[in-house]
Amino acid sequence: MSHDPLVIARQTLLEPAGLIGGDIDRVMGQLLSASVDAADVYLQSTRFESWMLEDGIVKEGSHSIEQGAGVRAVSGEKTGFAYSDEITLPTLLEAAKNARAIAREGAQGKREVSGLYRPPQLYLPIDPLQSLPEEEKIALLKRLDEECRRLDSRVEQVMVNLAGSHEVVLVIGQDGALHGDVRPLVRLNVSVIVEENGRREQGSCGGGGRTDYRFFLEEDRAIEYAREAVRQALVNLEAVEAPAGTMTVVLGPGWPGVLLHEAIGHGLEGDFNRKGTSAFAGRIGERVASPLCTVVDDGTLPGRRGSLNIDDEGTPTECTVLIENGILKGYMQDKLNARLMGVSPTGNGRRESYAHLPMPRMTNTYMLAGPHDPQEIIGSVKKGLFAKNFGGGQVDITSGKFVFSASEAYLIEDGKITRPVKGATLIGNGPDVLTRVSMVGNDLQLDTGVGTCGKDGQSVPVGVGQPTLRVDGLTVGGTRV
Amino acid sequence: MQEPTTFAREAKQLEQLKSLVADCLAEARRQGATSAEAGVSLEHGLSVTARMGEVETIEHHRSRGLGVTVYVGQRKGSASTTDLSATAMRETVEAACRIAQYAAEDEYAGLPDRDMLATEFPDLDVYHPWDLDAETAINLAIGCENAARQFHPEIVNSEGASLNTFQGLRVLGNSLGFLHGYASSRHSLSCSVIGQRGDSMQRDDWWTVARDARDMEAAELVGRKAAERTVKRLGARSLSTRQCPVIFAADIASSLLGHLIGAIRGGNLYRKSSFLLDHLGKQIFPAFIRIREEPHLKKALGSAPYDAEGVRTRPHHIVKDGILESYVLSTYSARKLGMKTTGNAGGVHNLVIDPGELDLEGLLKRMNTGLLVTELMGQGVNPVTGDYSRGASGFWVENGEIQFPVEEITIAGNLKDMFMNLQAVGNDVDLRGNTRTGSILLEKMTVAGN
Repeated sequence: MSHDPLVIARQTLLEPAGLIGGDIDRVMGQLLSASVDAADVYLQSTRFESWMLEDGIVKEGSHSIEQGAGVRAVSGEKTGFAYSDEITLPTLLEAAKNARAIAREGAQGKREVSGLYRPPQLYLPIDPLQSLPEEEKIALLKRLDEECRRLDSRVEQVMVNLAGSHEVVLVIGQDGALHGDVRPLVRLNVSVIVEENGRREQGSCGGGGRTDYRFFLEEDRAIEYAREAVRQALVNLEAVEAPAGTMTVVLGPGWPGVLLHEAIGHGLEGDFNRKGTSAFAGRIGERVASPLCTVVDDGTLPGRRGSLNIDDEGTPTECTVLIENGILKGYMQDKLNARLMGVSPTGNGRRESYAHLPMPRMTNTYMLAGPHDPQEIIGSVKKGLFAKNFGGGQVDITSGKFVFSASEAYLIEDGKITRPVKGATLIGNGPDVLTRVSMVGNDLQLDTGVGTCGKDGQSVPVGVGQPTLRVDGLTVGGTRV
Repeated sequence: MQEPTTFAREAKQLEQLKSLVADCLAEARRQGATSAEAGVSLEHGLSVTARMGEVETIEHHRSRGLGVTVYVGQRKGSASTTDLSATAMRETVEAACRIAQYAAEDEYAGLPDRDMLATEFPDLDVYHPWDLDAETAINLAIGCENAARQFHPEIVNSEGASLNTFQGLRVLGNSLGFLHGYASSRHSLSCSVIGQRGDSMQRDDWWTVARDARDMEAAELVGRKAAERTVKRLGARSLSTRQCPVIFAADIASSLLGHLIGAIRGGNLYRKSSFLLDHLGKQIFPAFIRIREEPHLKKALGSAPYDAEGVRTRPHHIVKDGILESYVLSTYSARKLGMKTTGNAGGVHNLVIDPGELDLEGLLKRMNTGLLVTELMGQGVNPVTGDYSRGASGFWVENGEIQFPVEEITIAGNLKDMFMNLQAVGNDVDLRGNTRTGSILLEKMTVAGN
C-alpha cells in the first residue's frame, strides 16, 4: 500500500474507471476554449460511518459511500459547473460540455498530464474506518456511557456518537497537473442530560481531527470528553438567569475562538471582498483590532480538523496572517477570487463535495497568545461575564453584526468568578469588536476538533482557537434587566 | 403545459427504480435480514446566479442515492450509496447487515406495523417539471436583480439573484410489501441586494418557491421586495436594554412553531431532551390557538401521502384550544413511548396555525409600543429548558407605527412562557414554507442592547 496520496488517489479514482492520461486530456480539451480562463475536474470518493449509543446500548450504525466528479470552467467572473455521481469518460465529457457552455467560441491547446507536486503531509493517508475493530468501537461507546453514569447519579441520559470518514480526492488542473489527497477525519461526541428536583439540563463535549480512532484512546481523551460533558451539565443545574445588556466579557481560551470565526473570519473571505459586500472590503492596512491582536488562518497544523495538505483546487494550504498587531493584512482566497483581485491564492479554496463549487473558506482560524495571565484578566473585571463554552454562531458579513451563543457562563463580581448563569447569545459588530480587546491571555488553546462551518449551504470542517480575551463592551442577551 | 412524453419517461424510470428497490429488499433477505426497508432517489436540476447584470454561475445538478436499513432480529443497520449499480447495491446491503451484526438488540426496533402503512395514494399535485433552458433562467435572474438594483439609489451593490429548478423521483419499499414512488418538483427564485447610507451597509433578500413555476411570484416583484426590505434597514441602530412586546414577522414566526415541533418530537421526548415533556393534554398556548398538520394540501411544499417509513399521513390537530393534542412520532419513538406512530418519521408535513383577524398593520396597532423582529441570528435555543436568546434585527414601533430600524440587539425569554403569552396571530400568512403562519405577537420579551 502506497503512502503517496497522489498514487492512492489515482488508484482509487482513475484506475477503476479505466481512465488514462489521454482520457483526461480529452475531457480538458472539451472543457477549455479560448475564452476559458481556468478549469478543473474534481474527483472524489468518500466513505463515512457513524455509530450511535443511547439508553445504554449501541442502537445503530450507518455507512455511506459518495463518489463522483465535478467539472468547472471559469471565464472572467463567470463559472459553469456540472457534476455526476458516475466517474466514467462519457459522463465526464458530458459534464465538461455542460460546464463549458458558460464560455462560447474558440479552440484550445494541448496539455501534459502530470502529477508532480507533493505537499507536506499534515496527516497520514490512512483509512480511519479500519483503525479499530468494530468490537472496540462498540466497547468505547459503552465505556463512555458507563463513565458518565458512574460520575453522577443525576445523569439521566447519555448519547455518544462516533463518526469517521475516509475521503480521497484528485484535482486535475487546466494544465493537466494532478493533485491528490487522502483525508481521514474522525469525531467523537458525548452529550448528557442530568436531572435534579425536576430540573433538567444538558452538557456535551467532543473532539477529533484528521487521524484515526485510536486518537480517542490516547491520553484518556474520550474519558475526558465524558467527564467534561457531565461537569457542564451539572454546572448548568445551578445556573441563574443571565444578565441582559452591554458589559465587559471575558472569553475563555479554545473553542470561544468561534468569536473570531464569526466576527472577522467570514468578513475576510476573498469573494465578499472582491464583490465589496463585506464590512471589511477595501480596509487592508487599516486598524481593525487593538494592537494586542494577531489573527491567522492556518491550514498547515498537523492532524487538525480544519487542516488540509492541499485545498480543493490543489493549492497547498498556508498560514495566512489576517490581522497583525491590530492591522488588517489580508484576505483568504481561492483561485478565482485571487485572480480577479490580482493576488495569490492562499489555499482556502474549499468545497463540501464534488457536487458543489469551491469558494474561499476558513481552515483553522485563531488568535496568537498575548502577554496577560488569565487570572489577572479575570481579576481586572469589577462586574462582567466570563463565557467559558459556546455553541455556534452566525454573521451578517454586510452589516458586520455577529452572534455566538454561550453554553457555560459565569458572573464576574469584584474580580472573582461567582455564579453560573444560563446560556445566552452575545451580539457584536465585527469591524469594531476586536478594537475593544483590552487584554489577551498567554494561554492560547485550539479547540478539540468539533467545528463545522456553513456557507451558501455548504458544510466544511474547521478549527478555531484563542487565548483568554477581555472585551470591553459586548451585548449579552440574557433575560435579567 | 406538459407533453405526455415527459410523463411517459418518468413512468418508465419509476418502474426501474421500483424494481431496484425490490431487488435490494430481496438481496437483504438473501443476506440474512429478517426485515428491511429501502429507498432510492433520482434528482436533476439547474441553478443559475446573476450578479450585477451578468450571469455568474450556471450549475447543472444530477444526483442519485440508494439507502437501505436492515433488521436482523431486533438489531438494526443502515447504509447508503450514490452508485446505483447492482454491485454497489449488494455491497451496500452487506455494509448494513455487517453493522446490524454489531448493533445491540433493541426491542423497539423494526418496521412499522403493517396496518399503519399507506394503502391509498392521493395525487397531491406536487410534480410540475419546468423545461427551462439556461438562457431563459439567466434572463429571469437578471430581470429579477435589475428590478432590485433599479428600485432605489441607495441600492449600491448586490449578492445577485438565483433561479433554481429541481425535479426528482423517489421510491420507498419495505419487506412488508410496501412499494411506492412518485415524482416531485421544486422551483425557486431569490434575490439579495446591498444598500449603503454613509459608511454603513445593509443587505436583505426576498424569495419565492413553488412546486409549479406558474405559482411563483414574478421575478421583478421578488427583486423589488428584496430592495425595499434592504432600504428599510438603512440607518439601523441599537436599542437600550428593556422589556417590551415583540412581533415576529410572518416569515420568521415559523421558527417559533419549529421549536414547538422540536419539543414534541418523539426522539426528543424519550431522550428527555424537551421542555414539553409530559405535556400531552395540557395547556401550552392560549385557548384561541389551533395548530394542524395538513399533509394532503395540493401543490404544497410539505405535502406527502406517507412519511419516511411508508406510514400514511393524515390531517390532524397538534394543538387545539391551546391544548397539546398530539406528539410528533415515528414508529420507533412511538414504541419507546408506548404510543402509536403519528406518521411523522422524517418530520411534519405542512404545519398550519389558524390565522387571526388582523394584518401586520393591525398587529402593530394592537402592540402599540414594542419591537417588530424581521430577522433572527444564531442558534441560541436550549431544547431541554426552552431558554431562548437570539440575535435580532427589525424595527422599533411606537403608537402602532414603525419609528426606525434596529440592529445589534438580542431578544430573550423562555419558550414555555412565550407560547403562553402569545397574544395574536396575523392573517398575513406566509405560504412559502412547510409552516404556514402569520406574524405572531408576544406579550413580552427581554431586549438587550447598548
